[in-house]
Amino acid sequence: MLTLTHLYWLVGAIMTLVAVLTLLDQAHPRRFRSGLFWLCYATIFIVGDWLPTAVVGALVIGMALLAGLGGLAAGPYQPLSEAQQQHSLQRLGKKLFIPALAIPGFTLVLVLMMGQMPGLHWFDPKNLTLLSLGVACILAFAIACYLTRESPRQGGLEAKRLLEAIGWAFLLPHLLATLGLLFNQAGVGQIIATLSNDYLQLDSRLAAVAAYALAMAGFTVIMGNAFAAFPVITAGLGIPLLIMQHNANPAVMAAIGMFCGYCGTLLTPMAANFNIVPVALLGLKDQHAVIKAQAPTALLLLLVNIVLLDQLAF
Amino acid sequence: MNYWPLLGIAVVIIGFVLRFNAVLVVICAGIVTGLCAWMPPLQLLSALGESFLKTRTLPVILLLPLAIIGLLERHGLKQQAQRFIAGVKGATVGRLLSIYLLAREGSAALGLTSLGGHPQMVRPLVAPMAEALAERQHPGLSQTLRDKVKAMAAATDNIGLFFGEDVFVAFGAIVLMHTFLRESGIETDPMHIALWGIPTAIAAFLIHAVRLHRLDHVLAAEQARLSQSVQRNPEPPAC
Repeated sequence: MLTLTHLYWLVGAIMTLVAVLTLLDQAHPRRFRSGLFWLCYATIFIVGDWLPTAVVGALVIGMALLAGLGGLAAGPYQPLSEAQQQHSLQRLGKKLFIPALAIPGFTLVLVLMMGQMPGLHWFDPKNLTLLSLGVACILAFAIACYLTRESPRQGGLEAKRLLEAIGWAFLLPHLLATLGLLFNQAGVGQIIATLSNDYLQLDSRLAAVAAYALAMAGFTVIMGNAFAAFPVITAGLGIPLLIMQHNANPAVMAAIGMFCGYCGTLLTPMAANFNIVPVALLGLKDQHAVIKAQAPTALLLLLVNIVLLDQLAF
Repeated sequence: MNYWPLLGIAVVIIGFVLRFNAVLVVICAGIVTGLCAWMPPLQLLSALGESFLKTRTLPVILLLPLAIIGLLERHGLKQQAQRFIAGVKGATVGRLLSIYLLAREGSAALGLTSLGGHPQMVRPLVAPMAEALAERQHPGLSQTLRDKVKAMAAATDNIGLFFGEDVFVAFGAIVLMHTFLRESGIETDPMHIALWGIPTAIAAFLIHAVRLHRLDHVLAAEQARLSQSVQRNPEPPAC
């Protein structure tokens, strides 16, 4: 049966390939530091589960230093010549869309197929979507190589080019998720809950609703993740104030409260995979361009959520 | 109670405000938080490593499509996307992104969250199409407005995903809310949590679709303003 471990091996193999291609690239301006970064990452993916966790922690700090101090840079890249690309476009035309659409297409088919036939035991049911995405990407990659008549090695070079374009932003979402778990272990959530219990006395219903909604959004802005904010703010404000004191419907409170958190996600650089990575992927000049594009929607929606919560929960 | 771990949050806020490299800020915040919770260094390293291992699925989603998208880009995927959208009559940036918003939010509501995404959909297809339409509507569009259109394409993907997925009953967030409330002694039906998400999901679609519709007008107005100011202050002739 395919499990997450196999998926991690695949990712580790791609990272190893990127590391080797970087180390072989004599014209690369940060040849050894970039190569070392990808080797560390690959190590964590391939044998991470068998290493002492302290060693993994040390590798993580090393990788953060390599990436944070400018160790990742773009190497030289040889694009197709104008004429070759035109020739390719002529030959392939709309067929170029096939591999791109095959990624979601195969994922969808696999999720539905394996969901319908649990007796097969091919995929670990707990991680069905991720594993389907992995298999879909392998299939789409084969189709892409066949259509473009390129070697898998060129695929590795392309992955390397895009990873270099993303740069340190690639590590950021992973690191932020790690920080979230560390905050939990250090008890940051309980501290916030205690503080808000001790110092917030809200008797009016609307004030209580607004406090819960704004706290969900605000704490998500700090943590970068509404999932991390939900238990803290719901235990600190939602249950004592809204449910106990004002008899709110818990299902409504939870649903809309989580959405208030999502409004916060749209506003924070801490949600790097949604707000910072696309800036790098699209080559935008302003680091916060995506957040600025989202802010009016997020703020209006937060207001709507407060009204909805006040109207629907009681 | 030991309040010192809050220093980690302070490090994050100060670091982001002063615009230090975000990776360094986050790793410093992690170390500060651990030390303030009186973890011995070795235990801190272990906690860091264990948390990093547990969250390995995040880079997986980002990394896997890259080789495929890169190969297709090499052979002109962006140009093909732009050529395709140029052939669609009546298409505008606002309409294209509204349709994408509907598709993204609708498919996420059915649990199909991996149908979109920044590496596999926005960078190779949606953003180039939006840019091509903006260029068709307003030839000679400035770089600032181009970036604005591309940022809006990314924003639309996020908004569609966030406010769609929570309506799907088997989504992680619903499970998390249900489990947390149960542990706190409150029984809820996961189906109800999903259903009560629908009003916000609709509101999110309406608000963002109106903004996308206005984007077409904003682009026209800003482009007119920019070209006017260029006429008023013509560039000095080259010597």
